[in-house]
Amino acid sequence: MEAKLQSVVQRLQERFPLQVEEFRGEAHVFVQAEHLLHLLEFLKTQEGFEMLSTVTAVDYWPQQQPRFHVIYQLLSLQHNLRLQVRVPVNATEPVLPTITSIYANASWREREVWDMFGIRFQGHPDLRRILMPQDWQGHPLRKDYPLGYEEPQFTFNFEEINQRKPYAKE
Amino acid sequence: MGIEQKLGNMGVVTTTLEQAVNWARTNAMWPMLFGLACCAIEMMAAQASHYDMSRFGMELMRASPRQSDLMIVAGRVTRKMAPVLRRLYDQMPEPKWVIAMGDCASCGGVFNNYAIVQGVDEVVPVDVYIAGCPPRPEALIHGIITLHEKVRGEKFISKA
Repeated sequence: MEAKLQSVVQRLQERFPLQVEEFRGEAHVFVQAEHLLHLLEFLKTQEGFEMLSTVTAVDYWPQQQPRFHVIYQLLSLQHNLRLQVRVPVNATEPVLPTITSIYANASWREREVWDMFGIRFQGHPDLRRILMPQDWQGHPLRKDYPLGYEEPQFTFNFEEINQRKPYAKE
Repeated sequence: MGIEQKLGNMGVVTTTLEQAVNWARTNAMWPMLFGLACCAIEMMAAQASHYDMSRFGMELMRASPRQSDLMIVAGRVTRKMAPVLRRLYDQMPEPKWVIAMGDCASCGGVFNNYAIVQGVDEVVPVDVYIAGCPPRPEALIHGIITLHEKVRGEKFISKA
């Protein structure tokens, strides 16, 4: 890990209860949901991480505790540093506080995570689906979401599928 | 009793109304300027000077569905795009035709998942399916000529 990044992580460890993992010179900081807002606030105001690159999530189904990791990828332009903040989320209550008050661009990212993974963001100003149609059922990027939609039509089952295929009217 | 036999010096040509109308329809069938994915690139290539669809009276890609006769569904249709596609089809004036260009538009292609409509014939009635991923411009032009053959054989009674 780079010395600059090392010192940032060290200062974080002094203030917050967190675990740190290193992967190819990048720091992954694991923090519980209740410390998330304070941590990000600190990173933005004190450590110069002024930009939120992305918010995304991982589904570790069938593991339940925690089932998801929500990932905040931060970028400091002034120090040329990147930092990944990971928050574990349980399957029983997939809820996190929104970070739109700190990083305004998190709004659409959180909508995407809600749409794809079904993780609610408490206090979000407008938590609607962003990619799928509004009346969609389920959250497609969850591991237990059915992958396929229709059986492929081959020569041997052409007639069978043809009969129940919902063809359009004129 | 076609036009060919009557092209003497007689000054009169006889044909049927059906033939005359279908001839006019096939030779100025304006497609809609509407591409959804990589197939649209091949559609543009078919339109451009090297393949030149204007040989078949298709030099105009109309940007408005109100002025177009042919919808070339060039690419995969997502479930979110499907109502838009249907709406565009509904806005086209009769008579209208649809070509499903490429595997994705015909049957979903490699995208057998929740997001993609498995064949655009679930949304609009398709006249000609073109295979290929994406089909080359020759294949698209072959599909269009196949559609022209179909239109030339259309009867007014059955269409109504």
